[in-house]
Amino acid sequence: MNIIVCIKQVPATTQVKINPETNTLIREGVESIINPFDENAIETALQLKEKHGGKVTVITMGPPQAAQALRDAIALGIDDVILLSDRAFAGSDTWATSYTLASAIRKIGQFDIVICGKQAIDGDTAQVGPGVGEFLQIPQVTFAVGIEMNDGVMKVNRLLEDTNEVVRVKLPALITVVKQINTPRMPSFKGKIKAKSATITTWGAKDLNADENNIGLKGSPTSVVKIFTPPPKGGGEVLSGSVDEAVEKLVTKLRDRKVC
Amino acid sequence: MGIRIIKDKCIGCKVCVPVCPTGAITIVDKKAVIDLDKCTLCGACPSSCKFKAIEITKEEAHVVDKSKYKGIWVFAEQNESKVQGVAYELLGEAQKLAKDLNTKVSAVLLGGPDIEGQVNDVFAYGADVIYLAVAPELKHYSTLPYTRVISNLIEEYKPDIVIFGATTTGRDLASRIAARIRAGLTADCTGLSIDPKEKLLLQTRPAFGGNIMATITCRSHRPQMSTVRPKVMRKAEPDHKRKGEIVRVTPKIEKKDLVTELLEVIKDTTIKVNLAEAEIIVSGGRGLGAPENFKLVEELAGVIGGAVGASRATVDAGWISSHHQVGQTGKTVCPKLYIACGISGAIQHLAGMQSSDIIVAINKDPDAPIFKVATYGIVGNVFEVLPKLTKRLKELRG
Repeated sequence: MNIIVCIKQVPATTQVKINPETNTLIREGVESIINPFDENAIETALQLKEKHGGKVTVITMGPPQAAQALRDAIALGIDDVILLSDRAFAGSDTWATSYTLASAIRKIGQFDIVICGKQAIDGDTAQVGPGVGEFLQIPQVTFAVGIEMNDGVMKVNRLLEDTNEVVRVKLPALITVVKQINTPRMPSFKGKIKAKSATITTWGAKDLNADENNIGLKGSPTSVVKIFTPPPKGGGEVLSGSVDEAVEKLVTKLRDRKVC
Repeated sequence: MGIRIIKDKCIGCKVCVPVCPTGAITIVDKKAVIDLDKCTLCGACPSSCKFKAIEITKEEAHVVDKSKYKGIWVFAEQNESKVQGVAYELLGEAQKLAKDLNTKVSAVLLGGPDIEGQVNDVFAYGADVIYLAVAPELKHYSTLPYTRVISNLIEEYKPDIVIFGATTTGRDLASRIAARIRAGLTADCTGLSIDPKEKLLLQTRPAFGGNIMATITCRSHRPQMSTVRPKVMRKAEPDHKRKGEIVRVTPKIEKKDLVTELLEVIKDTTIKVNLAEAEIIVSGGRGLGAPENFKLVEELAGVIGGAVGASRATVDAGWISSHHQVGQTGKTVCPKLYIACGISGAIQHLAGMQSSDIIVAINKDPDAPIFKVATYGIVGNVFEVLPKLTKRLKELRG
């Protein structure tokens, strides 16, 4: 079975800070990590491979430094990695990103399952997985919290708002996975050694035969026109006094504001 | 096309340097310089520059004739043949946008035969037109049949704007449609407005877990599509005398659209009030100490008609099912009132609830980060505070 996992390198949001003077985000010195949901996608792929055999390829699109995310994937036991990096890809929105990833998957050729994390923690869009599915003309099953595979048919348990849904889909198919599907493994010592010396295959726009009108800034229907930090919530009030007094104050406030 | 520093305007103030997520900006001879190997053209730096010295120019590859696209469409999401609250919120918002554009609001309603009973409510909440597609295959949501029907409708009737709820269904569907019809799609918006000059839809959304906001437009492609976070927009008062036009559509679903089959829907019986639709959420964290203490949270929620939420720690510990989880790995919620009980407020939890109208934090640690986003805080023991609060509210509500 051939499995392809799409990952993204993201800044670790827990370290993102706001500069109070300029009210801008400070991302300098923030560590880059594999998007946490994509770690679950990698784990899902590795478990499928362990059970059913086959090969797992991880791809990512990003600047040259995104190669580190692929090295981290190799350390986890991934067979093959491909970096999609080209100045022409810069400025891609989710449409152009989906197009580019799908073009790379087509070039890889054979695949049975494509796995993505449900969303990336920097953009939080959850749009790229389904976009890749559409460009590859294969069905998608999003928000997977469990999968079972039998004879080319996959049974997927989806985690929805307040229900779970079990669907059956024929391969090839694309799934996006939620955090609760598994616990990602730690890299092995052997894996780390392998990752250090691994050559990272890099493909650019020409390698993908990509239509230049569909990639990068030019291929992106949406544009960011403004980025700003939301006004700080502030004005929070700690209700003092004994427990009874504090509760009474709170009840008065909530009733004044007609919320309960 | 690309990014450039306008040297005459740059004063070398360095404000842009830490803003860059990929560390592509350095200051050389008191001017900003961009390392093009690192820059991803993400758009973060131009708005950080007070001197407008950073410019990203974009060449549009596909330009559609925008004059052919008119009207605002709302995807009337239904579950078990009942239109979801978020669709009514969006109809209310769409009516406001329609005034600025002097256009009509249409709902797109897909379902099985029993969906017809919903049309009066859809009109009452603000639809002028309903595009109604009825087929047994549309009774329950499925990505490919829904994508087929709605993409065909969009191509035929050419709406200017199409909005969906940012629910699991809305996100699954809108992404697929946007890829198919080459539309721009902005995820999980918390603000929509019309730019008075160019009549473009300005879509504002949180990113980086709500630490920054971005405003996004779609200049040359149509329709302009967004998913919108539930509970952010307010429903209009329903007017049950309101009537509109129904456009019946024959769904042209293809065999290849029917490759996924729904086997089972498993209901979580611990969910009494749906979190995404709740006006009030009472959430419990590790400060509750033990799974059985969740009943304190449930009691308060019961008295004030709220839903029960939970922090990731309590879900991971198996105290409560994951449908209750609020935060980056769970649900993003935006109720009128969010009461956090024994939740310290890790950044991942805050990302899922900090846009709530009123936040109440009850925690014994005065330094807990939850107090930074709280409207009202009580520093105290949840075991003491919660029963008293529940009792007091119960008395007052009779």
